Amino acid sequence: MNWLNNWTRPSRLKAKGIIGMNRRNIYYIGRYNDRRLYPLVDDKLQTKLLAQTHDITTPALIGTVRTQFGVKRIASMLPRHAGFVVKPAKGSGGKGILVVDKADDGGFAKPSGARLTLADIQRHVSNILSGLYSLGGSPDVAVVETLINFEDSMMAYTHEGVPDIRVIVFKGYPVMAMMRLSTAASDGKANLHQGAVGVGIDMASGHALRGVQFDRPCQRHPDTRHDLASLVVPQWDTLLNLAASCYEMTGLGYLGTDMVLDREHGPMLLELNARPGLAIQMTNGEGLRRRLDLIEEQPNNLPPAERVAFAQRHFARQSELVTPAARRSV
Amino acid sequence: MSRLPFYLIVGILLIAGVAMTAHRHFQFEIPWLPGEQRQVWEVEAMITYNADEGPVSVDFALPSQQQGFRVLTENTASSGYGLAYQADRFGRRANWTTREATGEQQLYYSAQLLVAPQARAEAQPPPELASATAWERPYETAASQIIERAWQRSADNATFARELIRDVNGEQQGENARLLLTRFDATELIVRLLHQADVKARVVSGLVLKDGRRRQTLSPWLQVFSQDESQQWLFNPETGERGKPDNFLLWEAGGQAVLEVEGGSNSRVTFSMLTHSQPAAAAVRNHGSDDTLLNFSIHSLPLEEQALFQTILLIPIGALVVVLLRVLIGIKTSGTFMPVLIALAFIQTSLVTGLLGFLLIVAVGLVIRNYLSYLNLLLVARVSAVIITVIAIISVFSVIAYRMGLNAGLTITFFPMIILSWTIERMSILWEEEGPREVLIQGGGSLMTAVIVYLAMNNPLVRHITFNFLGVQLILMALILLLGNYTGYRLLELRRFKPITDDEPDT
Repeated sequence: MNWLNNWTRPSRLKAKGIIGMNRRNIYYIGRYNDRRLYPLVDDKLQTKLLAQTHDITTPALIGTVRTQFGVKRIASMLPRHAGFVVKPAKGSGGKGILVVDKADDGGFAKPSGARLTLADIQRHVSNILSGLYSLGGSPDVAVVETLINFEDSMMAYTHEGVPDIRVIVFKGYPVMAMMRLSTAASDGKANLHQGAVGVGIDMASGHALRGVQFDRPCQRHPDTRHDLASLVVPQWDTLLNLAASCYEMTGLGYLGTDMVLDREHGPMLLELNARPGLAIQMTNGEGLRRRLDLIEEQPNNLPPAERVAFAQRHFARQSELVTPAARRSV
Repeated sequence: MSRLPFYLIVGILLIAGVAMTAHRHFQFEIPWLPGEQRQVWEVEAMITYNADEGPVSVDFALPSQQQGFRVLTENTASSGYGLAYQADRFGRRANWTTREATGEQQLYYSAQLLVAPQARAEAQPPPELASATAWERPYETAASQIIERAWQRSADNATFARELIRDVNGEQQGENARLLLTRFDATELIVRLLHQADVKARVVSGLVLKDGRRRQTLSPWLQVFSQDESQQWLFNPETGERGKPDNFLLWEAGGQAVLEVEGGSNSRVTFSMLTHSQPAAAAVRNHGSDDTLLNFSIHSLPLEEQALFQTILLIPIGALVVVLLRVLIGIKTSGTFMPVLIALAFIQTSLVTGLLGFLLIVAVGLVIRNYLSYLNLLLVARVSAVIITVIAIISVFSVIAYRMGLNAGLTITFFPMIILSWTIERMSILWEEEGPREVLIQGGGSLMTAVIVYLAMNNPLVRHITFNFLGVQLILMALILLLGNYTGYRLLELRRFKPITDDEPDT
């Protein structure tokens, strides 16, 4: 009966407050997310324009390319000496994102150091327009935006990629958060099922609660060997406020917000998700159920700052990670 | 948000579905199991007469649905005759007509009768009391004495009729009866005596069914009504026994003549019969002539459409299996209902051939699609190219299989090509985006689902039930609606979320 060890009982999951796919779909997405609002978050360009009208910080928009004709004239749009990012508006899971670190007279350079010519960039944009990266292959729009100057303090916790912070926002209240750190196993992508490390974040302080890779607890980043216990997200309150105000912006009741930390501009909204996954429960070692039940009883019309304060008051937790000092003394 | 309307709809669907199913089972004796056998009688009536060289009209009584029997099909053989069926409150009749007939003529009528214990006859109006015709002198006293005697020894119409039959035909036969029988036929005499005592009754004709008998004739039986006409009884005029024997088929139950021939003479009708068992499903298929909206049935359609519906009605079963596997188990498939279509193809190809064919097509398709992705095409063009590729693969495999003498290989053409192309396209994208592992998970999930759906749809019991009980569709609908309301964990989530419960002591 060895294989039974890999399974648990429904009663134990329920005691932990774990939410399953069926419950998420019926109770939360079905009831709180109006389908007519989905295009606001499925199209990153719409999200970005909407965010600007609501004073929510996002990477600055340099321009968009909508037609194959526009591809030819892209050179005039690109910044002369700074880095930039080209991404498909309807892409998903980070596909089709081209990051250019530096631009000089000779051409362009990716973060890895690989050189690109203007023709390479034009081909990439053309692919985006023909729907190579969009859901269902529908024709798409290429979005060019400024490069995020990634917060230095986080560099030790990631391998190549940009770590992002996912906050689940329910009825405008931030409910649970995690950070996704790319690893060599995940090939620089912040995708948990490909081997990125998920770190549960304490709602009150922004401290790391617990690290998980491939669903198993881990204490350190597998590549940089940096201790996860010391991980603290800077400007945590600002980040939560930003996430909470996405509710007013979209009207979606059950929302996954993906943020990044910029060196100069602080927390920025990267993209929104109307069907956020359930892996965040694994990285926090806690089910969403209790928190969502509590929020359901709360009033609807509080301003974002009060909602954030409420969440920080009620969802504070102690880290399960052991600091190196404590580990030595044991 | 109240869930009341939802449960109301589910409840109504369930009740309606169960009621329709039960109605089909009890009213039409459609069995729950496909293998059950039903007894069917084939009865053939041969009418012979000598035509008088002129126009002829033959009027013949036909059996109707009655206690114990249901008419399945009927045929006639009568070349050169015009034929019309008529039905009135006394029963059904066939009417043959011709302008010119000479010599001995033969007309055939045959009926298939299903032995159906639950079948009931339609209510028939009782006959009018014959106006009292005067008896001739010596008979009048004899008649009234017989009536008097039987009346005293009886309590109601049924027992009165029994006593009367015994007095006329049985061992109690007395002088009076013997006198009357010199003048009258026994059965007619009994009816006349009954009418004189204000008891409604008539002579009906029936056939005793015995396997393999030929040249049988109808025998007259007595039908006696209670005083308030709510009840009727059948009596054997020979013995006075009450009730209809199981093997007794009422041929004419309206008190009319069985056979009337105008323009001919020497007419008579003889019957031959045999019984055989046939699968209930086949017996059921021959129903349908009396279908109303309530017993709305696919079986009233032509055979070709029936065969089509047999498959169509299986699709909800496939859908239910897919919903079960996705909502309760959590299996990932590529394309929600693609497995159902693949399973439908498996039904045509048989399982092993189907699996091999599917794997061959998808594998070769993936290789070619992989090359197409280098060409950087627009989606519609790319999928169209894959469709043509799939058709080419199917053609090549069919030819190769045929050359090698593998006729099973030819069934590969039953695969839905457009669906296969989309499957290849989706798997190819999945490969690029998530890697071969995910392709194996989703492809394997789809294939496993398809096999389970196939096993469910190819089950003889399932085929029998879905095809013969349309109410089952409503039950399936209710089940699927209920599953759409399920918010519990999926089976595979018990594994996925297992690590969370690890750090807690087992309680």
